[in-house]
Amino acid sequence: MARYQSVRDIKAWLILLLVVLMALPATVLAQQGADARREAFQSMPGTQPDFWRDAVQGVSGRTQSNSPGADTLIMVEGERWREIRNQWISPGGAIALGGSLLAITLFYLLVGKVKLEHPRTGRKIERWTRWDRTIHWFVASLFIILAITGLSILYAKWFLMPILPTSVWAAWMTAAKNIHNYLGPLFGLGVLAMIIKWLKHNFFNMTDFKWFLKGGGIVGKGHPSAGYLNGGEKVWFWMIVFVGLTVVISGLVLDFPNFGQTRETMQLFLIIHAGSSLLLMAAAFGHIYIGTLGTEGAFEGMKTGYVDESWAKQHHDLWYDAVKNKTKS
Amino acid sequence: MARMKFLCDSERCIECNGCVTACKNANETEWGIQRRRVVTLDDGEIGKEVSISVACMHCSDAPCMAVCPTDCFYPTEDGLILHNKDACIGCGYCLYACPFGAPQFPKQGAFGARGKMDKCTFCAGGPEEDPVLEEQKYGANRLREGKLPLCAEMCSTKALLAGDATEVADIFRERVVYRGHRNNAWSSVEHEAAESEQLAKNAADLAYDATQSV
Repeated sequence: MARYQSVRDIKAWLILLLVVLMALPATVLAQQGADARREAFQSMPGTQPDFWRDAVQGVSGRTQSNSPGADTLIMVEGERWREIRNQWISPGGAIALGGSLLAITLFYLLVGKVKLEHPRTGRKIERWTRWDRTIHWFVASLFIILAITGLSILYAKWFLMPILPTSVWAAWMTAAKNIHNYLGPLFGLGVLAMIIKWLKHNFFNMTDFKWFLKGGGIVGKGHPSAGYLNGGEKVWFWMIVFVGLTVVISGLVLDFPNFGQTRETMQLFLIIHAGSSLLLMAAAFGHIYIGTLGTEGAFEGMKTGYVDESWAKQHHDLWYDAVKNKTKS
Repeated sequence: MARMKFLCDSERCIECNGCVTACKNANETEWGIQRRRVVTLDDGEIGKEVSISVACMHCSDAPCMAVCPTDCFYPTEDGLILHNKDACIGCGYCLYACPFGAPQFPKQGAFGARGKMDKCTFCAGGPEEDPVLEEQKYGANRLREGKLPLCAEMCSTKALLAGDATEVADIFRERVVYRGHRNNAWSSVEHEAAESEQLAKNAADLAYDATQSV
């Protein structure tokens, strides 16, 4: 009896052991399962609200891509740049250039050419040396080329593209961009030479102040006094210095993207470059008008270097007084 | 007409860069050009790290198209933004306007020499009659063959979806319904401790779900 008892005990113990052994892996697995869940939760936290908040504000992360700015998920500045360029610079520039042309046309129609008050004496005075003229025409021709190519980049898609076959359009635009980019730095050198060469003539004085008060001869009677350069010419010179150098420096930043400029830098300098160059072009229309159609006897000064005695007396009387002994007939 | 879109489910993206490799392989892009990239935010921070795959999003109102001086971009019937490399002058404006950094240039040289812009075409090629030339210039045209972009097709967790916007949205909506929106999807409230067990369960389910086909 006792033997059976012990056998039954052993059996019970064995069953218990089996049950325990069978239950054990289940517990272990259950524990592992919990860990896997925790790990999964940690590795996949879900997209937190902060993620989207950061993303739309232009947060940077880490990426395998090497292209500039690739670590930024969303570059938010681009939309602002697009808006400034397309809604302010483009129409603004068109208004500035169109307005300038319109004003000049109206002035020409209403006031007309400023004629020589006295007939030419035939005696010539040297006004611009060969160096002066070389620098002037170097800068002027580059200015015109850069203006045409630059305006193409900004506006041509609105009027040239619809009328040109795609191949011609593409060829012109590729040429425009390359001409603009390769000649730009030369223009910069020319502007620099011009500033250095003519700086000494361009400090303002009281004569210029009086010249401005009389509007350069438009207001009141009689032509105001002027030295070698009048107030208006000096204003144009200082525009070249400040606006011109802005154009040149911003252009150089854009022309050499190989120094790792960020997209934001390029956006800023594109706006500066476009704005200042459009301003310079609008002003240049005035300069070109005054130097050619607007003033009788002015263009020959920059063409041949010599102006007529009566032109000098009329427009730059103080200078004429200083150099009248150097005339040549 | 279908409007094609990409959608990257950031809760599934594991930053394997498989999409990047698939794209590079399908389109045989030039050296240095990577049309797709994976950006990881809060990299290495447990519980915060999120990855997302980015390429051209084929915007409805594309900034690149708006600023291009040669107007070389054009929208297709499928709502894709493609471009004509023959008209591209490499000015870089599209890159400066694009929010996603999608436009890529083979060079970044002096005098603005960048070469022709290259970007994701949604594996839809480009404006070239000759298929051989098309493949050389723009990469694969899988759409013509009735296939979707390779990046999305090869995504191992099906995080990156591509296709008709309405279908993509349906798939994503289904996932969101299944996962639960976690109440704080757009609020500033952090996960509460009581929630975390449920969230962990959801995440584990999601991991399982990811191994199944969509």
